[in-house]
Amino acid sequence: MDMQVAKKKLGLKEKYQVMTRDLNWTPTYQKMEDIYPYVHYEGIKIHDWDRWEDPFRLTMDAYWKYQAEKEKKLYAIIDAYAQNNGHLNVTDARYINTVKLFLTGVSPLEYMAHRGFAHVGRAFPGPGPRVACLMQSLDEMRHFQTQVHAISNYNKYYNGFHDFRQWHDRVWYLSVPKSFFDDAITAGPFEFMVAIGFSFEYVLTNLLFVPFVSGAAYNGDMGTMAYGFSAQSDEARHMTLGLEVIKFILEQDPDNLPIVQRWIDKWTWRGYRVLTLVAMMMDYMLPKRTMSWKEAWEIYFEENGGALFRDLSRYGIRMPKCAETIRFEKDHLSHQAWCTFYNYTAATAFHTWIPTEDEMQWLSAKYPDSFDKYYRPRWEFWREQAAKGNRFYNTTLPMLCQTCQIPMLFTEPGDPTKICYRETDYKGMKYHFCSDHCKEIFEHEPEKYVQAWLPVHQIYQGNCFPEGTDPSAEGFDPLKAVLQWYNVVHGRDNLDFDGSEDQRNFAAWRAQATRNV
Amino acid sequence: MSTVFIAFQTNEETRPIIEAIVEDNPHARVNEAPAMVKIDADGRLIVKRSSIEERLGREFDLQELHVNLISLSGNIEEDEDQFVLVWKN
Amino acid sequence: MQIDLRTVTIKPLRQTFDHIARYLGADKPVSRYLEGSIGIQPKDIFHYRPTWEPEREIFDEGRTKIRMKDWDALKDPRQFYYGAYTSARARQQDTAEANFDFVESRGLVEALPDEVRQAAVALLVPLRHLAWGANMNNAAVCAYAYGGMAAQAAIYQSMDQLGIAQYLTRIGLLLGDVEALSAGKQAWMNDPVWQPLRRYVEDSFVVKDPFELHTVQNLVLDGLLYPLVYDTIVDQIFAARGGAAIAMLTQFMTQWSAETRKWVDATLKAIVTESAENRGIVQAWVDAWLPRAKEALLPVAAIAVSEQAPALLDEVMEGFAQRLAKIGLSA
Repeated sequence: MDMQVAKKKLGLKEKYQVMTRDLNWTPTYQKMEDIYPYVHYEGIKIHDWDRWEDPFRLTMDAYWKYQAEKEKKLYAIIDAYAQNNGHLNVTDARYINTVKLFLTGVSPLEYMAHRGFAHVGRAFPGPGPRVACLMQSLDEMRHFQTQVHAISNYNKYYNGFHDFRQWHDRVWYLSVPKSFFDDAITAGPFEFMVAIGFSFEYVLTNLLFVPFVSGAAYNGDMGTMAYGFSAQSDEARHMTLGLEVIKFILEQDPDNLPIVQRWIDKWTWRGYRVLTLVAMMMDYMLPKRTMSWKEAWEIYFEENGGALFRDLSRYGIRMPKCAETIRFEKDHLSHQAWCTFYNYTAATAFHTWIPTEDEMQWLSAKYPDSFDKYYRPRWEFWREQAAKGNRFYNTTLPMLCQTCQIPMLFTEPGDPTKICYRETDYKGMKYHFCSDHCKEIFEHEPEKYVQAWLPVHQIYQGNCFPEGTDPSAEGFDPLKAVLQWYNVVHGRDNLDFDGSEDQRNFAAWRAQATRNV
Repeated sequence: MSTVFIAFQTNEETRPIIEAIVEDNPHARVNEAPAMVKIDADGRLIVKRSSIEERLGREFDLQELHVNLISLSGNIEEDEDQFVLVWKN
Repeated sequence: MQIDLRTVTIKPLRQTFDHIARYLGADKPVSRYLEGSIGIQPKDIFHYRPTWEPEREIFDEGRTKIRMKDWDALKDPRQFYYGAYTSARARQQDTAEANFDFVESRGLVEALPDEVRQAAVALLVPLRHLAWGANMNNAAVCAYAYGGMAAQAAIYQSMDQLGIAQYLTRIGLLLGDVEALSAGKQAWMNDPVWQPLRRYVEDSFVVKDPFELHTVQNLVLDGLLYPLVYDTIVDQIFAARGGAAIAMLTQFMTQWSAETRKWVDATLKAIVTESAENRGIVQAWVDAWLPRAKEALLPVAAIAVSEQAPALLDEVMEGFAQRLAKIGLSA
């Protein structure tokens, strides 16, 4: 129930005012700058925190009530799904690899968001944003735990889930999402809000959740659909918080505009690079596809994001600079990513495969300007080679971008046949980048990005082997040692889907389920 | 003109909400995706409490929308009686 | 294709995630609380240092003086993961709602003796600011504590305190209207009676060590405040003076503090039994803050019970000393 107020009838807005910001006071026994030490160093000028517009006016009693209702529904589905072996209802066991990517790549970020929003909520002197941020911190705990609980059932029956917490820290491709969030949480509180609250939640999150979750529903995964959509219902609040933050900062002082614009440019790009994983998931990993990455990008970024940035133009905000590069990349991104993972699947905690003929036809139809010309020939060649027993596993470690930490797999804007390399010098060292955008981000804050824990460098420095490993011993196999350190079990978690334990088990269990024994 | 949207899970609880929105917004377009209904509208979309209550036959608090909401886009203007999504451009 | 699979028994490859099996020393099924709480905070391989605190890692044991071999030992006996937490609070808010309805619909506010109503307003309304301060302090515990166990419970505690501030606001509106809220804020800011308490709270805002903050706020201040104000003054003294309706309105706080105490005590007990050093550190925090809390609460209690206040506070102190002894600390 909503907070009811007797006597003077207060409107929703006034009622919420006395329930939140009126609780706040200006301290006199301690100095503001000692209580709130983190709000000035980014250069953002806030003159009046009271001008903050509350995005959703949810008091705690209503929050508990509605959230408990959502949780009850969600866990009922998770329980039923587990009890009925719902995992055997998915279209095809290849699908399960998308869930692996989600648990290892995304769920740990939900945890970081929980801590990050607690930090910025505490850091802001304004009571309005504090309440919204702390509520989001609480929600993010929900997202992390419902994902772990829902996916726990998959972990019982399939490989590629079992050590997700450690993999997120150690495994090479997972350093991409991990460093993304580490970058945000180590930034100042205002930048964090623009990074996560606005750029990620408002501009990009629909691209992660809506197609992924619709994809789950389409592929018979009711468990994932349930936690996905249930998490999204909180997302509406989070997105609105992100939008209000931007408007609030921009309205406070014209000097804030260039800072905010730079952050939007940076974080749209950082977030987009992380979504590379989603692109390949949509185009290659869902056995039954909902829409292509390109279509999703056009709807959720070009159309909705376009409307958003037109709306913000009254503050002087323009479309993120990277939008043009992305427009070009949308025909190539998923293909280049999946090709790379197909090469490196000996070192991944999920399986890859060559798209079937049907799937290639779908890709040709969705990507008429790029698939047949650039990517189909590769798949056909690899398929031929595999059939001859020459399945190619790349064991040379790739060069990584210093900023986004993705291997150098992206091509030059305008030339999909040429890998894009950029570099810069800083204090006598050379640093490498996948793009102009990542280079520019580095150059603005080199002292931050030189700290990056780049998995490939770390392997070469000998920091990714089990304790006591002697790399100079005869017959030393570095890949094997790295996998041991990751705790990726060779032959179970990695390599092709064809011939995998997952494939065998799923087939056997499903046969058992559809037969009378 | 810019498009606002609101998306709900497809279920028994959202059916009357969607019906109400469709009736109150003749310019809206309904897109059905797996397990999700997305309603797009040019410029502005209004959700009226009274229209939902008529269909439900009971009182409805607009905050109940949260339970089945998936996503939305647009600036929010909200009071006890209505929930409006709008782009100001 | 929908298949009826209920009859199929398939053997799981494993029971839980490896980080949990490593922690428990065995691969066995675990509760949702443990599965969603053990080892969830990253411990190493941080990519960058915080620009807001460059001498530290994102999560850094150096933020506290406390040393623990296993930070996940700071478990919550209530076993609150998000689902269990919200479901417990939803039930409590349902009761609270029924209580508010009951008091309003039966005209119980109008039936209150005037002096009880006034005392209740004067005592309870300024406490909404104190609860707001507790919300902020627990946000800091969540943000800066080391380990997912402590951080998780701290965000629940933080939002509970916001809920309490909102219930107190409703009580203020019900017993006295919007003017009661502004008068309460005036008192909190300027009335000498409230200043030692406000000072305590503002001084706690600059405490950097998250476990000191946990001690200062959740153990010491709330440990005295809730038994004194809700268990004693509201539930006993106001009730005896014809103000039982007020006790209905604060039932959430009474139950909440009895429940929350279990978490506070369990975490501090785990800390002080870890080592003599930890015990010494926490004891020093208690020694520094407990006399201040006592001194700050005395004039506040006097608002409602005038000259009875010292005796009541002594009684509460006695109970608190026993509680400290069970944790392994002394008053």
